[in-house]
Amino acid sequence: MTLQRTRPDLPSKDKRWKLVNATMRRNGYAGHALIESLHAVQDAFGFLDEEAMTFVADSLDVPLSKVYGVATFYHLFMLKPQGRHACVVCTGTACYIKGAGALIEGIEERFHAAPGETTADQALSVLTARCVGACGLAPAVVLDGNVIGKLAVGQLCDLLAEEVAE
Amino acid sequence: MNLDDLADLAAKYRNEAQEPEIEVRVCMAASCQSSGAVPVLDALRAGCGDKPEGNCKVKGVGCMGLCSAGPLIAVAPPAAPLEEAVIYRDVTAEDAPEILASAFPGSTPVERLRCPTDMPFFSRQHKIVLENAGIVDPNSFRGYVMAGGYAAMVQALSEMPPQDVINEVTTSGLRGRGGGGYPTGLKWSTVAKMPAGQKYVICNADEGDPGAFMDRAILESDPHRVLEGMAIAAYAIGANKGYVYVRAEYPLAVERLKTAIRKAKRAGFLGNHICETQFNFDVEIRLGAGAFVCGEETALMASVEGGRGQPRPRPPYPAEYGLWGSPTLINNVETYANIAPIITNGGAWLAGIGTEKSKGTKVFALAGTIVNTGLIEVDMGTRLRDIIFDIGGGIPNGKGFKAVQTGGPSGGCVPEAHLDLPVDYDSLKTLGTMMGSGGMIVMDETSNMVDVARFFMEFCMDESCGKCIPCRTGTQQMHGLLDKIARTEASRTDLELLEELCEVVQATSLCGLGQTAPNPVLSTLRYFRQEYEQQLG
Repeated sequence: MTLQRTRPDLPSKDKRWKLVNATMRRNGYAGHALIESLHAVQDAFGFLDEEAMTFVADSLDVPLSKVYGVATFYHLFMLKPQGRHACVVCTGTACYIKGAGALIEGIEERFHAAPGETTADQALSVLTARCVGACGLAPAVVLDGNVIGKLAVGQLCDLLAEEVAE
Repeated sequence: MNLDDLADLAAKYRNEAQEPEIEVRVCMAASCQSSGAVPVLDALRAGCGDKPEGNCKVKGVGCMGLCSAGPLIAVAPPAAPLEEAVIYRDVTAEDAPEILASAFPGSTPVERLRCPTDMPFFSRQHKIVLENAGIVDPNSFRGYVMAGGYAAMVQALSEMPPQDVINEVTTSGLRGRGGGGYPTGLKWSTVAKMPAGQKYVICNADEGDPGAFMDRAILESDPHRVLEGMAIAAYAIGANKGYVYVRAEYPLAVERLKTAIRKAKRAGFLGNHICETQFNFDVEIRLGAGAFVCGEETALMASVEGGRGQPRPRPPYPAEYGLWGSPTLINNVETYANIAPIITNGGAWLAGIGTEKSKGTKVFALAGTIVNTGLIEVDMGTRLRDIIFDIGGGIPNGKGFKAVQTGGPSGGCVPEAHLDLPVDYDSLKTLGTMMGSGGMIVMDETSNMVDVARFFMEFCMDESCGKCIPCRTGTQQMHGLLDKIARTEASRTDLELLEELCEVVQATSLCGLGQTAPNPVLSTLRYFRQEYEQQLG
């Protein structure tokens, strides 16, 4: 008699779970597709919570501890909900030389959110990246996926305020 | 399929494409896109159809190199190199009609937007890896074939036994472009000698060094070239499965690579029975998730396997015991991009370029306080001074040069006094830095070297995976000491302790990250010691 491993049901009727499940199915529910699966969760939900990690662990048949370990090891995975807008300040060498530090300080002063934090009204998350590879545009910022470069602190803060107000 | 069949195929594509008289190429690499290349492309496309003078075609291409002047546009006859093109810089959508009106031979170019192509930035480069960048459309499989692409793979598959392929690579003297500089031919033959069975080929595109964007630009400009190199490698060592490990921070590169894999598979240049031979090779993309240590080969493999990216002791090397325990060949993007020309032109050709121990060319990413920020490719052995002051255009705003940082967080700073040294793997090592993957950050006289060392140490402290103690704790302690010096609260004993710690961490860490983490401190101490001493309390 062979035991057929049963896959867990989707946690809820939320359609986004189907997207996550599709990614895992495409990879044959293989344990080595863990990082891809977590990327899929984060793309769909914006962050990883315990429910999502448990679902992925059960689906791929890997221990929850391993999923948690991987999720916390990589900088890109978020375990907390993010704001409606995300501003990633590049802190690579070229941007550092051209004043990325001033950008971070300026944002913190104006929006009261340090790197890794989200403003109280959930409007803006401030993050840092270890080089987005846009060194020609230093200091570079990635605002909701769009790279913006060569901005002074004031200009950047005004732009953020505009985005957040929308 | 043999080379004649491929030439017929390229000719057929050329007929079907109806080559235009003139091409308007718009750089669609990440940097130019961020500067607004997409509206420019749209405006040019909209205005291109109704030209009575002749036919022209607008196409999106890869990186032309001069990222700081983006969006860049080149107007040239099809397939003409960049030097023969009229290049425009800082173009906006409003400029499109004017550019199109003056595109055809005989009319005067738009002088106010023109970027001179006779300046050293263009004339002093030697493009091998980047020969298609800025010329072919990275999203077009046909474009790559028309530019002579996949000829090396077809030649290898139809005319050369695997051992001959390895011999050519060995003769070329090519060394790993990811930073280590390990002879590529030797690596290939080690994997090839392992007993037949499951073997893997991995392309390391986890370009984590801050200030380096060579791999991103290569993948965004000419993804097929990398795939072709990987396929040749797989054929040579007897592998049938490959992975490209790319940073998730490079969405555009990932997208173009996906398109390239899909199109190559559909055309029968990847997958089963490639070009009607018995050779099978399938490529999959693996996304990183933001961990610098994953650039280390054993950590990278752990990440491909779906786990935490933590390195393990070597030996056994990946060539013997790699991905899921199988022999695995890991090379960098730029290394693979060098393979096709080596097969086409022969290993001896590449061996004729460069210095005695470092052959070929190297792509560098110039950034920091320098006039021409961007991507360049020069012969190994070019002097640093020529790279920074001729090609790079020197330091802006009349400031003085202070140091150039190479090799990212594992490298060091080179001061003015050593700028006349020819750049290769070994010469940089004697200066206490390293080639690294090829990032070059230029710093002007306003930079504080203690701050720079602290910046890199903070990076290494953050990115340490935590597996071995010297790196996990050592980087923290060193960062604390550097911070103390930067706040002018440190004593001479602290400085001595810092130097001792550097030696310990260098000697006892498990992987390259920890072993090289003290380099920025050691090199700044070597050349700028007075700055440290001035800041002692």
